[in-house]
Amino acid sequence: MKAIRDILDSIKPHVQKGGKFHALHSFYDAIDTLMFVPGTTTSKGSHIRDGVDMKRTMFVVVIALIPALLFGMWNVGAMHFVSNGYEATFLQSFWYGFIEVLPLIVVSYGVGLTVEIIFAQFRGHEVNEGFFVSGMLIPLVLPVTTPLWVVAIAVAFAVVFSKEVFGGTGMNLVNPALFARAFLFFAYPSFMSGDFVWISEKADAFSGATPLAELAAGNTPNLSVLDMLIGNYSGSIGESSFIAIAIGAAILLFTGVASWKVMTSFFLGGLGMGLLLNVFAGSFPDNSYLALPAFQHLLLGGFAFGGVFMITDPVTAAQTETGKWIYGFLAGFLAIMVRVLNPAYPEGVMLAILLMNVFAPTIDYYVVDSNINKRLKRAKVKA
Amino acid sequence: MTKQIKIKRGLDIKLMGKAEEKLQTIKSKRYALKPTDFHGLFPKLLVKVGDQVQRGTPVYSDKNRDYIKFTSPVSGVVADIVRGEKRKIFEIIIESDGSDSFVKFDVADYKSKSAETLKSLLVESGIWAYIRQRPYNVVANPIDKPNAIFISAFDTAPLAANVDFTMQGKKEAFQAGINALSKIGNCKIYLGINSQTRCETFTQAQGVEVIGFDGPHPAGNVGIQIHHVSPINKGDIYWTVQPQDVATIGNLFLKGQYDSQLNIAVCGSEVKNPQYYTVNRGSEVAPLLKDNLKVEDNFRIISGNVLTGTKVEKTGFISFYHNSLTIIPEGFKRDFMGWLIPSPEKHSFYRTSLSWLMPNKEYRLNTNINGGERAFVFTGEMEKVFPMNIYPMQLLKSIIVEDIDQMEQLGIYEVVEEDFALCEYISTSKIEIQDLIRQGLDMVRKEMS
Repeated sequence: MKAIRDILDSIKPHVQKGGKFHALHSFYDAIDTLMFVPGTTTSKGSHIRDGVDMKRTMFVVVIALIPALLFGMWNVGAMHFVSNGYEATFLQSFWYGFIEVLPLIVVSYGVGLTVEIIFAQFRGHEVNEGFFVSGMLIPLVLPVTTPLWVVAIAVAFAVVFSKEVFGGTGMNLVNPALFARAFLFFAYPSFMSGDFVWISEKADAFSGATPLAELAAGNTPNLSVLDMLIGNYSGSIGESSFIAIAIGAAILLFTGVASWKVMTSFFLGGLGMGLLLNVFAGSFPDNSYLALPAFQHLLLGGFAFGGVFMITDPVTAAQTETGKWIYGFLAGFLAIMVRVLNPAYPEGVMLAILLMNVFAPTIDYYVVDSNINKRLKRAKVKA
Repeated sequence: MTKQIKIKRGLDIKLMGKAEEKLQTIKSKRYALKPTDFHGLFPKLLVKVGDQVQRGTPVYSDKNRDYIKFTSPVSGVVADIVRGEKRKIFEIIIESDGSDSFVKFDVADYKSKSAETLKSLLVESGIWAYIRQRPYNVVANPIDKPNAIFISAFDTAPLAANVDFTMQGKKEAFQAGINALSKIGNCKIYLGINSQTRCETFTQAQGVEVIGFDGPHPAGNVGIQIHHVSPINKGDIYWTVQPQDVATIGNLFLKGQYDSQLNIAVCGSEVKNPQYYTVNRGSEVAPLLKDNLKVEDNFRIISGNVLTGTKVEKTGFISFYHNSLTIIPEGFKRDFMGWLIPSPEKHSFYRTSLSWLMPNKEYRLNTNINGGERAFVFTGEMEKVFPMNIYPMQLLKSIIVEDIDQMEQLGIYEVVEEDFALCEYISTSKIEIQDLIRQGLDMVRKEMS
């Protein structure tokens, strides 16, 4: 510890103003504050402060993502071997997936943090920890076959245009990770959809279609509810296992990092739309998608992942407590609506959440407005 | 049966070094009046170095309202006038001569005198400054007609002085103060008490509406109590007075002098024997801390409590409205991976560390910020410690963008800095929220005047 401190202290003069490497001071600060909590003491206001900080809270989200990540790694390997007709041990599958997924994560963090540090340097503020989370979310919502250069472009584009142009973490309008996903979806559709992208080095004979793609095509996927819970089917790296995501959800809810109101209402919204579709299933027997039991909608595709990790992003969600209920419910409702009632895309979670991101300030506006009106009314009654 | 109000949201921070309930009198040699204790006050000196003053002699006045005077708490000589940048006056130091001579005010037959006469007595004696007004939390204006007067008879801040204890022996003076306030305010007086209190000074007070409050900090903040009893609308004026200050007002009329004695708690983890002392107001802190500190250096002396108090130097003085002195360690030390490793030494409101497992542990918290400043990211956290029907984050953002209309609409008149102290304490983004609220109040006040 002392040795690390000494090294950092010996570098410090070179990156300070007037030093040779002043251009790297944001990078230095990021490393320095990561290793040691700053020695800054309170100068105004409260003399004591809570032990929490942004690094810690963001780190909790990364921890919550670990189960989905580990399962995703195993699943990538398992699907590869299954599609090629090999029997593989657990460790073989995991190792294969690890080797496939790790480069995506490294590229995502490397590119994203570089962009963040450059912006911090020019803006003269500290590097914000928001990308701790985004950097992990982005690879987890991609197909495993996504080329690394595509990941790099998406990350850079998302960080700059969804976040930094608005002023950085805390000011952004839409979730950067979903923005990256949406960018790829529309800019590089051939890498993001179809039956060939979900499984690494798939044998041609094996159908690699995701369950949702099958459903959209009018087929019933050959999956039990248990399979849906476990998630051993093809899809984006981190999205398939409901159980792994539920562990993450438990961590987020227990620590209070994510809003239980947003999460609950999102699932309620999805369930509500699913049930509504079931009601109409009898009238349109041609569309078997309508008849999918409502709860299965919550287990398939990106719904659980979106509901636990994406919709709960506090910056882009509604910021009032009443608003959170409305926001989450509408997002869940729209996600299933887009998923089932459109001819083009098999999944609707991403687009529904992005849409609600844009509407969140409007929801808040009306919630806050009612508080303002109460205050105005009170003043009038008294006068 | 008194009305009971339960405050649900808030946070009690338990710290080491709670003052033991014993009282000792300490006479200091040096005292100071600090114009910086008052927001937006420009002092006009009425004395110069070397002048003789008595207890109750005016020392300076408010340049904008020169009838508002601030008087010496002891008799002695003006020893020094400490100035800062642009000759701003920080401290007017008075060295006590020990004779305790005082200015005699004519209070004969005060009960039959008019409200105006009582007001001018309070103003002349400098005691008027103990009456503050909401909005803005500044010294009240004698010509205003308040909607109501609020007195909070308990303090829930960390390590705060036990008001029941500091008020012992002041029952008669307190009642006399209430009577005087009732006459000069010509309005209802609300007394917010701790539901559990047995202190007869409060429970048997006459001429007030007693309201019992129960709940965690900030239930004892007078602003929170006003909000729950009779919220402040635009254009309303409420007066607030602290219990010991009510007794000071009472003593003016009972004794005809400025009784500057005050019971204060000296507390905090760095104090050897935390206990209560009787001092004169504006006392130097040094005699209270002599041979009473566990450490030689690396500590912070706070006049007031850890959430809202003012940092003072070793040679500093107790501020005008404060009735405690808290000493906690400074936090210059840089913890290795401190953000990651859960430390039992650190307290947190959140479940991301381990302090929720030990709800009764008393902490030795230091002044480290435990992080760096960020933009607002997490939402819904402030609401958990802010028991008002106000959107705290939206209000703060309206202050950041200097939108005065929006501030008014979101309830700026109902709040002062101390109500946001817990929001500041728990802020993950480490934003200086109390300072922001004061900026907002100053902006609105300037616009309104």
